[in-house]
Amino acid sequence: MITAGVDVGAETVKVVILKDGEVLASSIVKAGLDRQKSAEEAMGNALNAAKISKSNIQKITATGIGRKEISWATDMVTEIAAAAKGANKLFPSARTVIDIGAEESRGVKVNADGKVIDFAKNEKCAAGVGSFVESMSRAIETTVEQMGPLSLKSDKIIPMNVTCVVFAESEVVSLIHAKQTKEDIARAIHEAIATRTTSMVRRVGIEKDIALIGGVANNPGVIERLTQHLGTAPLVPKDPQLVGALGAALLAAS
Amino acid sequence: MVEEKKEYWRWTEGLYLNKDIDWRKAKSITLGVDIGSVSTQAVVLTDGKIYCFASIRTGSDSPDSARKAVESALKQTDLKQENIHYTVGTGYGRVNIPFANKTVTEIACHARGANYMGGPTIRTILDMGGQDCKAIQCDERGKVVQFLMNDKCAAGTGRGMEVIANLMAVPITDIGRLSFEIDKEPPPVSSTCVVFAKTEAIGLMREGWTKNQVLAAYCSAMAHRVVTLLQRVGVNKDFTITGGIAKNIGVTRRILNELKVDMVQLQPDPQIAGGVGASLFAADLLEKQRKAAG
Repeated sequence: MITAGVDVGAETVKVVILKDGEVLASSIVKAGLDRQKSAEEAMGNALNAAKISKSNIQKITATGIGRKEISWATDMVTEIAAAAKGANKLFPSARTVIDIGAEESRGVKVNADGKVIDFAKNEKCAAGVGSFVESMSRAIETTVEQMGPLSLKSDKIIPMNVTCVVFAESEVVSLIHAKQTKEDIARAIHEAIATRTTSMVRRVGIEKDIALIGGVANNPGVIERLTQHLGTAPLVPKDPQLVGALGAALLAAS
Repeated sequence: MVEEKKEYWRWTEGLYLNKDIDWRKAKSITLGVDIGSVSTQAVVLTDGKIYCFASIRTGSDSPDSARKAVESALKQTDLKQENIHYTVGTGYGRVNIPFANKTVTEIACHARGANYMGGPTIRTILDMGGQDCKAIQCDERGKVVQFLMNDKCAAGTGRGMEVIANLMAVPITDIGRLSFEIDKEPPPVSSTCVVFAKTEAIGLMREGWTKNQVLAAYCSAMAHRVVTLLQRVGVNKDFTITGGIAKNIGVTRRILNELKVDMVQLQPDPQIAGGVGASLFAADLLEKQRKAAG
């Protein structure tokens, strides 16, 4: 059986194609103004890589914030169910899944079958999610990719009063004027994300093992700070941003 | 939609001088400096009357911003800083004003300033500042009875409005007017966070919303947010608004509509209330000092 999962996020659209539970192909495309079009492009890329046509796919399940915009999906699941299922496939021992995306972060408690037991979300505020790292990288004039490696060079915690991304931007400007280094500022930003994430996940209870997924899981600076706060190193898959689409494709098959 | 580059957020800096006043005849010349996170005001009172003021953008350095504001205010006259008898600093940067004799909290100063400019009937003040928003209740002398503050989130602050101006590529001073150039009031937007407003605004315009409708939606979202803060302290008449957002009718009129009250418009400038209050406190302290000295 061939199934596909389409994860329409705030920043990117992800597609995973599965054949009998194994990944055939995947694709990530930046979400443009028209997310339906971006999803078609992502699907096209994945189909090309898998060397199949759309008619070969028996079921397509959409997930993510823009899941309702995909007219050709046969089914829909919440991003929480998709994250739980995908993380369970990669790490069957995981009981807590932390998913940090561009505009939302979630803490999900899962059972051994990858079913959701409880969850908590941060959805109304950008402090602590991917777009926070992005605007902070602009504020210290570096790239999102460099934020992690930069922060790992610092061993100093500078206090930062991060409750709001907009205010944090002005605070970073003052920190630069106060001659704080980019390394230390980057670390302070990741520390803020780790603090916020940990307190959110605590609402559902932190149980080992912990899986970390979503685009922000590509940032080693966040992983390092989260490890400190959680008291244990989270399990991070290769391509952490694909886990939601993988989960959707798995749910399509079941 | 144009991003950042052009400075749509740039609001008009203010200058004022009352030429009818001869400062040489004044017994009391006091200065109030209000260093906010976004703007700084320097207000000079002579015998309790507003003589001159300047309102400028706060830089990255508080003492420097304070100096610049005082310089701008005094540049209009031959009054020199050494002629000033007493200086009070207020605002979040108040501890960093090297030439201040004393500091007073901005909540006390806003209440006192609003009482002076709006009259003794003022009981509720909404201060919409650059990085926070305060609902203040005061008595007939401008003394604070109670207050509530939101300083955790940019939604509902001047800084939040600056972000919207840049995002929508509309000069900040035009937002209020344009937000009423619509056929019908749009439903409020769902995001609280102005960072997410970016994604949301793009989506709304794709759905066929006009730019003015999007502005209207953000103005009413901002209004609604502060109304809930106000309702927690309670709104007693007379009501007034201080701070930079007080000049944005897109927000103020929607606040008044939702609360079903009128407001007293502060003259000459609602943004200087904190500075005026500080200068009034300076006058009190000067009198006390002189009495003590006999």
